Amino acid sequence: MNEQIFRKYVIRRKSSFAMDKIFTYSLWLVASMILLLVTFLLIRILWNGLPGITLHFLTGIPDEIEAGGGVGPFLFNSIYILLISMALSLPIGIGSGIYLAEYAPNNRLTGFIRTSVEGLASVPSIIFGLFGYVLFVDVFQMGLTILGAGIALSLLNLPVITRVTEEAIQAIPIDLREASYALGATKSQTIWKVIIPAALSGIITGSALAACRAFGESAVILLAGGTGTSGIMWDFNPMSQGGTLPIHLWYAQSEALVEDAKQIADRSAAVMVLCILLINMLIRLPILIRDFRMWKH
Amino acid sequence: MKLEGNIKSSSYLPAHGFKIKARTKNVRNYLFFLFCLLSALMLGVVLFCIVLFIGKTGLLVFKDVSVMEFFFSTKWEPYDGKYGAAIFILGTLSLTALTMCFAVPLSLALAVFIVEVAPNWVKKILRPMLDLLVGIPSIIYGYLGLTLLIPLLRNITGSIMGDGLLAASLVLTVMVLPTITRISDDAITAVPKDLCEAAYALGSTRFQAVFRVILPAARPGILTATVLGMARAIGETMAVVMVIGNTAQIPGDLLTPTAVLTSNIVMQIIDVQFDSTWNYALYMMAFLLLIISTLMILIIRRIRGKGE
Repeated sequence: MNEQIFRKYVIRRKSSFAMDKIFTYSLWLVASMILLLVTFLLIRILWNGLPGITLHFLTGIPDEIEAGGGVGPFLFNSIYILLISMALSLPIGIGSGIYLAEYAPNNRLTGFIRTSVEGLASVPSIIFGLFGYVLFVDVFQMGLTILGAGIALSLLNLPVITRVTEEAIQAIPIDLREASYALGATKSQTIWKVIIPAALSGIITGSALAACRAFGESAVILLAGGTGTSGIMWDFNPMSQGGTLPIHLWYAQSEALVEDAKQIADRSAAVMVLCILLINMLIRLPILIRDFRMWKH
Repeated sequence: MKLEGNIKSSSYLPAHGFKIKARTKNVRNYLFFLFCLLSALMLGVVLFCIVLFIGKTGLLVFKDVSVMEFFFSTKWEPYDGKYGAAIFILGTLSLTALTMCFAVPLSLALAVFIVEVAPNWVKKILRPMLDLLVGIPSIIYGYLGLTLLIPLLRNITGSIMGDGLLAASLVLTVMVLPTITRISDDAITAVPKDLCEAAYALGSTRFQAVFRVILPAARPGILTATVLGMARAIGETMAVVMVIGNTAQIPGDLLTPTAVLTSNIVMQIIDVQFDSTWNYALYMMAFLLLIISTLMILIIRRIRGKGE
């Protein structure tokens, strides 16, 4: 009798070990397949696009009919719109992040603000585009402009930067604040001289990720900025059309008549991936340096 | 006497300066508070304006189209005055469901792998890689879907077009995978070590510990991750536009071109007169998206409330 129970137990034990093995191997399989796929996709984009990227391509004027046009104005617009949107959303986003982390009392107003932040964060990007379209094209009669695209895009960044700032500030130990108050600093001095410097790396990382997202955003720009540019390089006028590189990629593969549209799309994709890679590297640089130092010791 | 006067005057001056300094300090203190409060309120104002503008414009559609027709009719023929949005609503819902069917198991497997199985150096590659993938522009995923996936689907299935729900959901799967994985990863990492150790001490294998202890304990976080992934899939526009086919028809199978709310809005809004029923209908569809995304937040709040 006892032996029977024991044998049953051994069989069950063996099968559960076998299950565990299968489980572990399949996890390795899934993970390596995903990793391979992703690496393949990234390498393919860079492989197809990188060889064709020349200074002429990066700064040249696009051509509607003949092959060999560049993406200069689009790349310029991308950076210009990104700068406008960050210039608008950084102060407001960081300000509201500070409010939520440092000032906000536990009352209904705070609850309302928190709900708004969450609400804005989950609004699909196309809605921001439509909002920009109603506001600037219909209400203000400005048409599709760089300025409109920048403002609409800054709305998309706002909740992200707010949340990042709040989290970075909440991670700061309370001792720092108390030490600052003990030295007679006011609240705003404490925030400016102690809290913001301590939270800065977190805020910068988060904002850079938001900038990454804004750089590649296309639905907002398409509706608020349009598909074209003024056709001139270094056009700082914020009232000219605000087509950006992602939009140009879309336009090139769907509507363009130029015979080298495919190459333009490939190269634009590579330029974008390269920019995102660079921004990511820059963010990670401090962490990498720290890891390297620890590894050396 | 002289000495006393000296002390008085010298001690008076800094104190006086201190008072002025204290006053400007207080003003500055207050102004800074005001700036922070105003920027926080700004977020509320922006959200309110968005709901107001989109909702107000969208609801105008019901002047010309009945509620029943808009939500339940599958006839979208704006030139004949027929504005039934059911195709797009169904399209969005089925696309999201299909995407989640692919993405959730894969992301969970990847998250469990990262936390429980992977050696440290693999973790150090995978986590930054996933963060990088979140930042890749959606248009690039769409472009890859168009140039790689659709020809592949054509070859495998032998269908003529290849655009449709399957292609769109595969592209979306790759897009939401990093989001869901990273949040579930955090949730699984946050499960107390004691629980895991207790399970191992009772003689369970890793498989048993993961399925009976770790995943149930991390459930609120995993659900939140899923809902956030869903929100991203529902709102995604450009990547979907490139691979869905953009035809207003109910697809018979997964490889027939169709359309979803976002793709239809973005394809038609540019060419439409602002004061037309067509335009209002598109805004109503956007308002619908807004309502769906609000529902998602409510669900997340419910989950979080239960989890605490």
